[in-house]
Order: sequence, then C-alpha cells, then structure tokens
Amino acid sequence: MDASASALSVRDVTKTFHTPEGGLVHALDSVSLDIAEGSFMVLLGPSGCGKTTLLRCIAGLESPDSGQIALRGQRIDDMPVWRRRVNTVFQSYALFPHMTVAQNIAFGLQMDKVPGDIIKVKVEESLDMVHLSGLGSRKPSQLSGGQQQRVALARALAKEPEVLLLDEPLSALDLKLRRGMQSELKRLQRETSITFVLVTHDQDEAMAMGDQVAVFNAGRIVQVGEPREVYLRPRSRFVADFIGEANVLTGVLDTFGLVVESLGLVPRDRLIADTDAASGRVHVAVRPENVSLQIDPVGTAKVTDVSYVGGDMRVEALASAVSIVSRVPSQGVQPPRIGDRVSISFAEGSLTVVAD
Amino acid sequence: MTNHSTKTTGSKKTTGSKPAARRQRRSRRGVGLGLRDFPTFKAVSYLVFAFLYLPLVFVVAYSFNSNRVVSVWRGFTFSWYSEVLGNDDIQRALFNSLRIGVVATVVSVVLATGLAIGLLTMARAGRTFAWTLIGAPLIIPEIVFAIGTLALFVQSRIPLGVNAITLAHIAFCVPFALLPIRARLRGVDPAVYEAAADLGAGEFTIFRRMTLPLLAPGIVAGALLAFIISLDDFIVSYFLAGPGGTTLPVYIFGMIRNAVTPGVNALSTLMLVASILIVSLSYLLARKRR
Repeated sequence: MDASASALSVRDVTKTFHTPEGGLVHALDSVSLDIAEGSFMVLLGPSGCGKTTLLRCIAGLESPDSGQIALRGQRIDDMPVWRRRVNTVFQSYALFPHMTVAQNIAFGLQMDKVPGDIIKVKVEESLDMVHLSGLGSRKPSQLSGGQQQRVALARALAKEPEVLLLDEPLSALDLKLRRGMQSELKRLQRETSITFVLVTHDQDEAMAMGDQVAVFNAGRIVQVGEPREVYLRPRSRFVADFIGEANVLTGVLDTFGLVVESLGLVPRDRLIADTDAASGRVHVAVRPENVSLQIDPVGTAKVTDVSYVGGDMRVEALASAVSIVSRVPSQGVQPPRIGDRVSISFAEGSLTVVAD
Repeated sequence: MTNHSTKTTGSKKTTGSKPAARRQRRSRRGVGLGLRDFPTFKAVSYLVFAFLYLPLVFVVAYSFNSNRVVSVWRGFTFSWYSEVLGNDDIQRALFNSLRIGVVATVVSVVLATGLAIGLLTMARAGRTFAWTLIGAPLIIPEIVFAIGTLALFVQSRIPLGVNAITLAHIAFCVPFALLPIRARLRGVDPAVYEAAADLGAGEFTIFRRMTLPLLAPGIVAGALLAFIISLDDFIVSYFLAGPGGTTLPVYIFGMIRNAVTPGVNALSTLMLVASILIVSLSYLLARKRR
C-alpha cells in the first residue's frame, strides 16, 4: 500500500515494558501497518498481544522505544498527546463525572478555542448523531452503560479527528446491546468518513465491523487483510485457530496432492491454487464447513461427537490419531450417530497451507 | 420495623400450624443464629451510648445551672453564656484558636493535596512505605509528639507562642487532611486524565479542570477535619503555648484548675456545638458530591 494514501502509517514501532519481576516484555516488536483513509481498521488479538499498546502509542499516551508513526504523512510520534489530531474512545469511557453530558462534549472544543456559540451548535449536533438529544444536562452517572458509551463517542467525534481510536469500546456492554452498537459504529464511520481504528479481542466483532483486520500475536502483526480473506486464507496456524474454528492437518505435499497420515491422499484441487510454491512437509488449515462426512461402513473415521450449533450440525470424527471437525447445515441431512463410520472429503480449494 | 409486622400477621394467618410458621420465619432470616433473639446485645448498645453521651449531656445541662456550685442544680439561666462571651481573656483565647486553626488548615490542606497527587507518581513499593510513614502520626501518642516538638523548638530557638503552635498544628493536621483527599483521589478513574489530555488539555488545564474539581469534596472534608483537630487540640498547644499563646482548650484547662464554675460548662457546650456543626457540614458535603 502506498504510504502517502494512508491516513495513518506505523513503521517498525517497538515498545518494551519492564515487568515488576525485572523481566522485559516486548509489547510491540517492530510493528508496521498502513491504514487507508476513511477505512475501518480492526486490531484483533488475544489479551496482552500488544494491540492496545499500539493504540496508545498512536494516541500519544505511550511513547514507542523506536519506530515512526505518521498521520497523513506527518510524523506525530514525538508530538504531545494534546496536539495530535487523533481522539480516543476509552474502554472505561473515562467520562468526566463532575461535568454534564454537554460539558463533556464541549470540553475538547473548548481546548481548541472554538467560540462558545459554535460549541453549542456542535454539542447539539453530536448529541443528535448518537441519538442522545435532550440528555445534555444529565450527569454521566445518570446514564445507562450504553448511553455513556454514546457520550464517549460523541465527545471524541465532536473534535472531528483525522483518526478515531476505539479501545475495546463495546466490551462492557451486554451481548444484545453490543450487536446494536456494532452496526451503529459502522453507520457513524460511513457517515463521518473518519478513519476508525478499533481494538478488540472478540473475533466475531472484528469480522462484523472491520474493512480490514490486523491480527496480533505476541507483539507482532501476523496477518492483515479483509475479514473474509483472513478467515478463508489464514497464513499461520495461530490465525487459523484464533479466528473461528479450524482443522489443522500435517502432511506431505507433492505434485499429486497432500498425503495426510491416516486420511490418505487429498487431491491437489482441494488446496487453494496459489499454494504451488510449497512442497514437502506442511501444515494445512481447513474450516469445518468445508469438511463433509459421509456415512460409510468402510470409512476411515469414527464419529465421536454430534451437537447442534444454531442452525448447523457440528460433528467430530476421529481417524486413528487425527481429529476432524465438520460443520454442515442441519436441515434435510440424516445426521450421523456417535460410533458411525464415516469417510471424509474436503470442498474444492478449501485447504490452505499455514505456517506453524 | 416493617419486617417485624409482616411476620406477626404471617403467624396469625397460620394459627394451628406453629412449626410451619416458625420454619417460615427462620428461612426468611436466612441461615445462621437468630442474633436478634438475644436480649443482651441491645442492652450493651444502650450502655455504650449512655457511657459515650452522658458526660456530654451533663456538660450541656449544667451550663444552664444558675448555681455557682457546678454539681447542685438550682435553676435555669443563660447568664453563664453571656459571662463567658463577654470575658476578654476567653475572647483572646478564642481568637488565638481560630487564627491557629485557619492558618494550620489552609497550609496543611495545600500540603496534603500536593502530597496525595505527588505520591501517585511514586513507585509502588516506595508509595506503600510513604503512606505508612505519613499515617503514623495518627497513632503516635500525642504527648510524645508534643515533647518532641517542644524539644526541637527550644533547641532551634523558635520562640514559643501562637506561631510555634501553628507550625506544630500544620504538622499533625496533614495526615488528617490527607485521609479524605486520598480516598477521593483513589475513586477517580485515571483514564479521565488521559481522556482530558487526548481531547487537547495540557498539564495545567488538566489540573485546573479535572484534578481540582474532582478532589474538591475531599479537600473540603479534609479542611474541616483539620480545622476541628486543630481547634480541639490541647496537649501540643499546652506544651507550646508560652506567653500569650493560650488557646481555648488551654484556657478551659486553666479555668477548672482554679474553680469549676458552670462557665466552663457553657464554654465547653459552645465548643461542642461548633464541632458538631463542622463535622455535620463535612459529612453533608461528602454525601452531596458523591
């Protein structure tokens, strides 16, 4: 991606922390990332993987040990927090408890020395945008969690930042409210066309919201791409496991196909086309919905578990030492029973080679 | 109260099946002994209250006694109050007390606020040690502190009197002023300061628009507490009084050494009322701002 077209560009950013025990933790290990103007980027990873540290480095709340951060081509990494045209929605919302909702939203504008009458108009607009009109005179403590979340959003958006950073903004909401806020956030992002960078550990949330997803593990970005791409073509075992459910198989790849121990030969066309380069001993990942199990008295595997997950049927089978999970729509299918012998087949172009 | 009445109606309805009613009652109270059934504890509480407040009741009641002899009641009068309030020495002592109290309060609150914020930036281990060190004067015997201060002041040729007392009061008011300020500071989400910086506020603006207003209820409560502690102090003031440094408690002590008149009771009652007013005010402020 061309760095000049990106709203935010992160280059080789490294950050280490000292643990109380005297050890060193690489929170960010030479991380580089380009975020396109007006896009919705999700930083996804397990807790402690460095995604929040990167967000705080961009905001200026943490300073990286080395590396560069540029906002629309201009370096910001040595700029103090209050001068960066970047605003944050905090995980705890961090509303000012001694101020009303309107005063909370007005605060950032006052810091920019915006005239009072314009602030008034902007505060009303912001409240309107997050559907909180008429609640401007309330104190944050008089609002529900979902409403507080909206105030935090309105407060950050009122400053019309070049990039909006969101640190696990939905983690404190219950599931139903979270779903509603996800589409709400997407709507706000489209309407304002501000670049959003959201941190989450919830892969469903990342898939649902991001134009792009950057998957973090142990201080590094392991894969960046569109949600569908990251889901269907994970590049590493970690990504395959972390996002959704995956079968990771080990086998030997040659021109005819993949030979997997106790499953036999998997034809070459079952693999994603551009894995030609790889050969020899490899790991491949395949999603459960691309695995089908046919009841077959001489099949190689034996069903060990059958369960219903939503509209799907999830079947686990064991072929000597290899366990395989299959997921198929439960309608109109004769479900196998535990103990049935089955043969395993994979959908065309569904296996992808992953790094260990 | 309501609980009790529902219980009685409940057992009336189920007359004839007493065990059932009893079972119901027990289950409503939950597991454990019915502590409320023991009569002893109620009596103990009444005794404790009597023990705490009878002396005060005595002081207040006998401040209206028209008899010169304190312990024999003759009739009702306000004359002790006018006599006390008209006494030049008492007025001077009161003025000393107020002056020491106000200065000690202002200085100790400023110090305590700075201390509370400053200690936040310390490393964890050092902070725990520092808090312990600062809190220690709350439990150190006051007489020890008084003797130490006296020795120090005499050694360093600081003249005894109002200023010496003020200095000492500042020292022991700090931990008291610190308590509510620290509690308040702990209750603030640190992300609030980050959010303010994120929205464009510099360090000074954050202090003025976030730290101070958020700490304000704690600072006011701390100030009232410090003022009361200073106003009520006897031991330290007595040691450091010197010529012309007589505070109200020191004066009262002098009064009872000569002759116990109901005037002492009147003066004590006035101090009591002032203390109660200030403490209630601090309590109300702390509640209102939450």
